Amino acid sequence: MNYLMRRLATFPLVLLGVSILVFVAIRMVPGDSITAMLGTEAGLLTPAQRDSLAAYFGIDQPWFVQYWRWIGGILHGNLGISVTYGRPVLDVIVERFPLTLELAILSMIIALAVGMPAGIFAATHNEKLSDLGVRIVAMIGQSTPSFVLGLLIIYTLSAGFGVLPAMGEFAPLWQDPLRNLSQLILPAITLGFAFAASVTRISRSAMLDVLSDDYVRTARSKGASARSVIWRHALPNALIPVVTLSGIEFGYLLGGAVIVEQIYALPGLGRMVLDAIQQRDYALVQGAVLFIAFNFMIVNLLVDLAYVALDPRIRLGEP
Amino acid sequence: MRILRAIFSHGSGRIGGIIVSVYLLVAILGMLGLTPHNPITQYRVDRLHAPNGAYWMGTDLFGRDVASRLMAGVGQSFTVAFFSVAFATLAGTVLGLAAAWLGRRWDGVLMRIMDVLLAFPAILLALLIVTVAGPGTWTSVVAIGIVYTPIFTRVVRGPALSLKAREFVDAARTFGSSSSYIVTRHLLLNLVAPLTVQVTLALAWALLTEAGLSFLGLGTQPPAASLGLMLSDSRNLMETAPWLMIFPGLAIMISILGFNLLGDALRDILDPKMRRAPA
Repeated sequence: MNYLMRRLATFPLVLLGVSILVFVAIRMVPGDSITAMLGTEAGLLTPAQRDSLAAYFGIDQPWFVQYWRWIGGILHGNLGISVTYGRPVLDVIVERFPLTLELAILSMIIALAVGMPAGIFAATHNEKLSDLGVRIVAMIGQSTPSFVLGLLIIYTLSAGFGVLPAMGEFAPLWQDPLRNLSQLILPAITLGFAFAASVTRISRSAMLDVLSDDYVRTARSKGASARSVIWRHALPNALIPVVTLSGIEFGYLLGGAVIVEQIYALPGLGRMVLDAIQQRDYALVQGAVLFIAFNFMIVNLLVDLAYVALDPRIRLGEP
Repeated sequence: MRILRAIFSHGSGRIGGIIVSVYLLVAILGMLGLTPHNPITQYRVDRLHAPNGAYWMGTDLFGRDVASRLMAGVGQSFTVAFFSVAFATLAGTVLGLAAAWLGRRWDGVLMRIMDVLLAFPAILLALLIVTVAGPGTWTSVVAIGIVYTPIFTRVVRGPALSLKAREFVDAARTFGSSSSYIVTRHLLLNLVAPLTVQVTLALAWALLTEAGLSFLGLGTQPPAASLGLMLSDSRNLMETAPWLMIFPGLAIMISILGFNLLGDALRDILDPKMRRAPA
C-alpha cells in the first residue's frame, strides 16, 4: 500500500515534466496553427479576424499565460479546443480512443493465444527440431516491422485472393460488431505477430528457467504427471516475465500504432496525433500526449501490482 | 579477436555476423556510390521493368534502378542507425554514470527526467522532434538518439550503482584515485559487456525506427533513397510492380534480423548470467 502511494505520488511530477516538454516542443514547430488550419485562405483574413481567431483558441497570450491556462483547465477536466476539429480536445480523444484500445486488446489476445502455447511447447521440447523451428519463426517475427508485414498481408490478399481489407468508414464495435471486427482483424494480426514472437521467446526462456528449478524436480520425483508439473507447478512462476512484457507492450499500443493505422486507414489515436502535429494543433497534441503518457504510467503500475498477485514473495519498493 | 571467434562458434552469432557483415559491405558500396546504376538517374524508357539482367531488382515508376536505390538506402539507414545509437550510447553512458556516481539529488533529478522521456511515447517523441527541426538525415539521428538515451541511461546506472558499492572502488578511493579515474577505469570498463549487447540490439531498433520515420515521409527526403521511403512509395503500385515492395521489405527485415541474432549471441557470450534471458 505504501509502495502504491509512493508510486502514485510520482505521477503528477512525471506528468508535469511531460506537459512542459510537449508544450515547449509543439511551439517550436515552425509555422502557426491558424495558417495551418485555413491553408491558403489564411491570406484572406483581415488582421482583426486573425486576432480574434487567435484569441478564441487562446494562442494570442504569452507562452507562460498559455501554459498556466492549460494546466488550470486540465485540473477542471478541460483540455482546450482543437483548432482542426473545432471541438473540445477531450471529446476528440474520447472518440478516437475506443479503436486504439480495441486494437491493443485484440493484438494482445492474439499474442498471448499464439505466443504462450508456442513458448511452452518449445520449452518442453528443448533442443529438439520442433524447438528450433519455433525459435526461428519467433526470431523472424520479432524482426519483421509492422509496416512490412502489413503491406505483405495486403499484397497477398489482393494479388492472391483478389480481396482488399475492409476500409472505408470505420464502424464502432457497439454499432456494427461484425464490420468492426472485419476492419480490425488484419491490423490486429499485423501488430500481434511481432508481439506474439516476443511472448513466445519470453515464455520459452521463463519456462526453461522454471523447469530446471528444484521444486519442479521435486514435484516430478513425487510422481506428478508431466501435465500437472507444467500447468500446476511451472506455469504460474513462468508467467511473471510474460506479464511484464505483455504489460509494457500493451502500454505502448495504447499510445496508438501510428504506422499500422496509416496503412489500414484507421482513425486511431496514433494517426490523430501525427495529423495534429503536422497541423500545429497545439491543444490536441498536448492533450493527447498527456493522455497517452498517463495511460502508459497506469499500465506500468498495474504490471507491478500484478507481480505481487502472481508471486506473494515479491515486496515492491524494496531495493 | 577472441570475441570474434566466440561469435562465429555461436549458432545464431554466426548467421547474425554474416548478415551484418554483408550489409556493412553493401552500405559502404551504397554510400561510396559504387552501385550498378546511379540511384537517382531516371531511365525513362525503362519504367516499371520487372527484375531482369540489366536491372536485378527491376525499376520503379520513374525508371530508377531498384537495386542501386536499395544499396544507397541501406547506406542511408545504416548511417542514421549508427550515429543515432552512438549519440544515445554516449549521452546515456555519461548521464547514467553521473546519476550513479553523484547520487542523491543528482540521481533523483536525472532519473525523473528519464522517466519523463520514457513516459513520452517513443515514436511520437521522434515525430515531434523531426517536425520541430524539419525532416532530414541528421534530424532523424538526433530524434532517434534522444528517444534511446533513457534506455542507455538505465542500462548504465543500475550496474554502475552496484559497482560503486564494491570493495575495489573503496580500495581505489583509499589509495587516493581521483573520481574521474575511478569512474572511467573501474566503472566504465566493467560496463563494456552490457553496453555492447545493448548497442547491438539498439541498432536493430534504430533501423526499425528510421525505416518507420521514412515510411511516414519524415526521414530521408526524396529523391535520395531510403528503405522506408521506397516501401511507402510501393504501396500504390503493389499489384503491378510487387518487386518495389518485396525487395525493400526483405532488406529491412533481414537487416534487423541480423542485429537481433548478433545481439542474442553477444548476450550469451558476454553475460553468462543473462543466458536464456528475455529479449
